[in-house]
Amino acid sequence: MTIPVTPQLAGRRRARANGMAMNVLRFIVVVVTTYLGLLAVTFFIGRVIPIDPVLAVLGDRAPASVVERVREEMGLNKPLYVQFYVYVKAALSGDFGTSVLTTNPVLQDIKRAFPATLELATFGTLLGTFIGVPLGVLAAVKRNSFVDQVVRVIGLVGYSVPIFWLGLLALVVFYAKLRWVAFPGRLDVTFEYSFEPMTGLFLFDAIWQRQWDVLWDAFRHIVLPGSLLGYFSLAYISRMTRSFMLNELQQEYIVAARAKGLSETKIIWFHALRNAAVPLVTVIALSYAGLLEGSVLTETIFSWPGIGLYITNSLQNADMNAVLGGTIVIGSVFIGINLFSDLLYRTLDPRTRAR
Amino acid sequence: MSDIVNSPDFSRRAWLLSDRPATRMQARLGRAYTIWSRFAENRLALIGLGIILLLIFLAIFANVLAPYSPVQGDLRNARLMPPNAAHWFGTDDQGRDILSRLVFGSRLTLFVIFLVAIIAAPVGLIIGTVSGYAGGWVDAVLMRITDIFLAFPKLVLALALVAALGPGIENAVLAIAVTSWPPYARIARAETMTFRNSDFISAVKLMGASPFRIVLRHVMPLCLSSLIVRVTLDMAGIILTAAGLGFLGLGAQPPLPEWGAMIASGRRFILDQWWVATVPGIAILIVSLGFNLLGDGLRDALDPKEAGQ
Repeated sequence: MTIPVTPQLAGRRRARANGMAMNVLRFIVVVVTTYLGLLAVTFFIGRVIPIDPVLAVLGDRAPASVVERVREEMGLNKPLYVQFYVYVKAALSGDFGTSVLTTNPVLQDIKRAFPATLELATFGTLLGTFIGVPLGVLAAVKRNSFVDQVVRVIGLVGYSVPIFWLGLLALVVFYAKLRWVAFPGRLDVTFEYSFEPMTGLFLFDAIWQRQWDVLWDAFRHIVLPGSLLGYFSLAYISRMTRSFMLNELQQEYIVAARAKGLSETKIIWFHALRNAAVPLVTVIALSYAGLLEGSVLTETIFSWPGIGLYITNSLQNADMNAVLGGTIVIGSVFIGINLFSDLLYRTLDPRTRAR
Repeated sequence: MSDIVNSPDFSRRAWLLSDRPATRMQARLGRAYTIWSRFAENRLALIGLGIILLLIFLAIFANVLAPYSPVQGDLRNARLMPPNAAHWFGTDDQGRDILSRLVFGSRLTLFVIFLVAIIAAPVGLIIGTVSGYAGGWVDAVLMRITDIFLAFPKLVLALALVAALGPGIENAVLAIAVTSWPPYARIARAETMTFRNSDFISAVKLMGASPFRIVLRHVMPLCLSSLIVRVTLDMAGIILTAAGLGFLGLGAQPPLPEWGAMIASGRRFILDQWWVATVPGIAILIVSLGFNLLGDGLRDALDPKEAGQ
């Protein structure tokens, strides 16, 4: 059966298409301005705050002729907006300059370090999600029970404890005293020549190449920093799950489902959790982005060769190109995940779709 | 019966809770009393308040309370001593008493959170209220800027900023403040939107008040309570970020007894002299726990509709 297209209906369709176009346009504006903002801030940090960026690169013992040449090369004698234009163009093509410390292009260093950070943050997020969501659900269903108190304490401590300190203590207990885990880095030196990583995600690569001893060793290395990040993700996710579930359990459709005679298990895990899942996806994405950032301190403690360690090492050596390159990359991923979760929320929740 | 009614306790309570206050003073005191009694019901919040008051007390009387100098140690006799009767929390690698350093470190902690709060909160408040009250393109531009800053990774941005400004506690404060105002702007804007079209604003407008006066005198005070709650809840995060910067050597510089930097200096001895790094970490944990408990309690007391969430 075809519905005749009345002028009314056609108008509504056109309006919906217009709404969609507006949404896409708005999204593009948001993406572009946010990234430009990020670049503007890093530009400001790298070029405007230092009194003389040339001095920051060369040190104060360089002869005047060299200083003059470098100033020319860096384009510092041009007006600021021209400098910014050149800067944006270079950053968009992935040119963050050369690292003073490693003498490699910054992008190359970051490409090598990024999989390590990604693997660590993914490990933590998976752990936080698979433990945090059920814990949060149980805490909401049985308010003020033992589980609820546990979730409350996990949350409070998670929001209050310095991660680098907890990491140090964990190292003392699980590495030095109990000898359960391996340290430092991602893999024992013995595997350095026998193992060819492909993606850089060692756990994944080891499974793919069926190198079970490598897998075990990589796991022994990641389990402590990964669990540490997982704990912070768990604290956040379980607390939010609890609050979303409490909200859902008060709704009338729950009463209706009970009246229909559905089992409590089905009501909680299928009906309520399904609706709580919509905002929860955003929370999990945000916590993932937060872990990418939070890994800076964790990586420093565990000598985990990711972007965080790269940034802090460069900081100690006043290597601004590397610091700002790392900031832009982490910032871009962070913004990307933020925007993606926003988009996901809009598609998952029918109420926020364009009408 | 009449005993109870006439007792001074009861009449004071009745005066405070009167629904027809005779003076503005009485109304204010009454409101403060209701909030306080709601707050005082929450035992955890009281513990939080106790912790913060203790911190302030320690900071004020650090000179009197600390048994030794926080920066000058006894290198010959007291290096890396385990906790004992003379040094309750032991000594560090410079022979300095850790308890004394902790006590003096409370000043730095308060310095950081106080400065961040009085820089970031007013900035957020002004941007948020102006944006919410003005609406239109002012709102669009200001909120776009806020959202851009909100989308940044805070710690990494603070790191890069301190790297450019140079390490030091003032620069750490600045970096944290720059990254922490956007949520305040968001909250202030949301609050402003709820009453910008209400009758009392129209009444003030009719009396000829300028937009500047309306925002400053009538909009901002109403945004304060939710802002205070949010700032208190953020204090723990500010302390942790400051400690993280200190740990990386970007915050307070030696020999200042900053707690994060103390953990960093104890890192080398963590296996044999565990107390050097452990004790300052516990101090950070307790203080940020205190702020979290206090913030939760304040939120529940000031904003009953949000309670339990």
